[in-house]
Amino acid sequence: MTTNRRHTLLLGAVALSMSLLAAACGADPGGSDPGGGSAAPASTAAANEVQAALDAGGTLKVWAWEPTLKQVVAGFQAKYPKVTVDLVNAGTGNDQYTALQNAIKAGSGVPDVAQIEYYALPQFSLAKSVTDLRAFGADQLQGTFTPGPWASVHSGAGVYGLPMDSGPMALFYNKDVFDKHGIEVPATWDDFVAAAEKLHAADPKAYITNDTGDAGFTTSLIWQAGGRPYQVDGTSVAVNFGDAGTQKFTSTWQKLVSGKLVAPIGSWSDAWYKGLSDGTIASLVIGAWMPANLESGVKAGAGKWRVAPMPQWESGGKATSENGGSSLAVPEAAANKALAYAFLKYAAVEEGVQARVDGGAFPATTAQLSSPAFQDKEFPYFGGQQVNKVLAESANQVADGWSYLPYQVYANSVFNDTVGKAYAGGATLSEGLKSWQDASIKYGQEQGFSVR
Amino acid sequence: MAVTRRSWTGWRFAGPFLAVFALVYVAPIAYSFYLSLFRTRLIGGTTFVGFDNYVQAVGDPQFWSAFGRVALFLAVQVPIMLFLALLAALAIDSGRLYGTGFFRISVFLPYAVPAAVAALMWGFMYGAQFGLVGDLNDAFGLSLPDPLSAELVLLSIGNIVTWEFVGYNMLILYSALRVVNPSLYEAAQIDGAGQLRIVWAIKLPALRGALLVATIFSIIGSFHLFNEPAILRNLAPNAITTYFTPNLYAYWLSFAGQRFDYSAAIAIVMGVITMVVAYAVQLRGMRRGALS
Repeated sequence: MTTNRRHTLLLGAVALSMSLLAAACGADPGGSDPGGGSAAPASTAAANEVQAALDAGGTLKVWAWEPTLKQVVAGFQAKYPKVTVDLVNAGTGNDQYTALQNAIKAGSGVPDVAQIEYYALPQFSLAKSVTDLRAFGADQLQGTFTPGPWASVHSGAGVYGLPMDSGPMALFYNKDVFDKHGIEVPATWDDFVAAAEKLHAADPKAYITNDTGDAGFTTSLIWQAGGRPYQVDGTSVAVNFGDAGTQKFTSTWQKLVSGKLVAPIGSWSDAWYKGLSDGTIASLVIGAWMPANLESGVKAGAGKWRVAPMPQWESGGKATSENGGSSLAVPEAAANKALAYAFLKYAAVEEGVQARVDGGAFPATTAQLSSPAFQDKEFPYFGGQQVNKVLAESANQVADGWSYLPYQVYANSVFNDTVGKAYAGGATLSEGLKSWQDASIKYGQEQGFSVR
Repeated sequence: MAVTRRSWTGWRFAGPFLAVFALVYVAPIAYSFYLSLFRTRLIGGTTFVGFDNYVQAVGDPQFWSAFGRVALFLAVQVPIMLFLALLAALAIDSGRLYGTGFFRISVFLPYAVPAAVAALMWGFMYGAQFGLVGDLNDAFGLSLPDPLSAELVLLSIGNIVTWEFVGYNMLILYSALRVVNPSLYEAAQIDGAGQLRIVWAIKLPALRGALLVATIFSIIGSFHLFNEPAILRNLAPNAITTYFTPNLYAYWLSFAGQRFDYSAAIAIVMGVITMVVAYAVQLRGMRRGALS
């Protein structure tokens, strides 16, 4: 009997311990020190400090997944032989942020430089986990970058990263498929819906595009439509997906979802690449960083794809929005901030920019965007089209006044719990967005924001 | 002097176990419990909140929806799986099968496939667009329901888990059957008992203890469902929510929501529930054992 009872208790205890494995991940509730940075814009002193760091040399650990940074690192090390750069791919997007948050919390293994997408940067700047780069004179770089990305690295007056690339949106389409079915390039979203119907009727296996519910895509389209669901003022946040711009988006996009006119294939999946290759996904409305991805991931599409301006919500309109795009930031816990800033500047402002453009990246610097060499470049993949002309024009038309939540990473992670229901057929897009709004408000309140 | 030495001898035997036990077992639980008493906010930092996280967990509809889902899973999947395992064990033990070795290995083999790989493999088969289901639809002009749709996905996960664990449970039951003294069967045959009668009167009672163990493992396994939904979520993000199972919810709260504190509370609540259910089943099993 006693043996039996002990056995029972042990089994129960095994159950408990197995449960706890899920929660037993390093986090110290007592040890989060905000460590306020000294943000004194003393430019010459800062420049001297950066130069001194370069002269002294050292090792930099850079966490980034963007492929063209390899060339940047090679160039940087060639120019400053005393500096060794250790470029680590710690995961793409969310995976890397999780690793970074954990390293910051643990207080060890924190990189000197981290790639952080614009939508995620506020989460880090608000927690003061990344350095205000005004200490190194970053505030004097205004005018170097296009307005959208430059605004994205700001939080209040602080500058928490240097824009690395940008993602003004455009319509990438498979001209072969469009021509075969006599589809005109859609100038408005109404045209886009009509094209979707026509294409799917002509070939039931073909879709105008894919969509299974993507937070970044949805917010970008709401942005373009004039919706401003997030209002952020320091720690005061408002979330409202009921505004006119959002409704403009939902009423049009609902037609595509309800009519099953978008392929139920998640972006970046194997099936997605397959669909892009065989023409069953005929177009993408996506950021300007897409050409390099198409060239490497969709080789069968060479010569078939073209780029056109983003479809408009009003005929004759000229508004676009950003989709993706990253900054380079310096964690507050970085060991050698001056040297890290030197790398940032090299990669985002100096020679590194051209190296990345040559590798197929889409820059955020006005100098590169307006240079004839950039604009006139003909892309064999796109049938010799001067793709950058279209993309650079989009960069100039990005609608202003948009901001992301200071906890957008989490909000995006529960997008499919809420708005996803609209794709599974259980709700409308507006209802889904309303419950996403509720979930975002709830989390904001739990995190101590004053949420309206 | 001698007394002291004798008491230390005991510690020397128990010490290695106790050290490992404390390190890998007591420490994580204690630490999780410690975490669960705080709340860390983006604005306002970390504060001691006592049992607030537990209060929140008890009133959290997402947690209870996750719990309800695994409870349903437990009620439906575990009996089916154990019944199949029992059939397989009895079939092998009957001695009337050719190639029992091959049969035993092939039923057990899925257990050797890592759960993540198994989930991926089944995910590809389930795919209604580019998977086996999609190919069947294309080849025969069928319109099979999408196994990864919100309505069917729990059933599809149940199928994967059954496939994975029938062989494992079969081995537990089969090894319990192997220790039955064969002279009992001979005696029964002399008394005129047929095979079914032998199964009913000798084998099933002999299996009670093993079935109890298998049941308790299955209860724990069901409550801790994580791998399969976590991996299939990549293929069906709209059908599998981030709070599909309690463990997935705890994981999501930690790694996407930075809510280690609340996640720890959820894990402890779930651990206690699992312990209570496992204990209740064990008690019931023992009482029935005592009665017979």
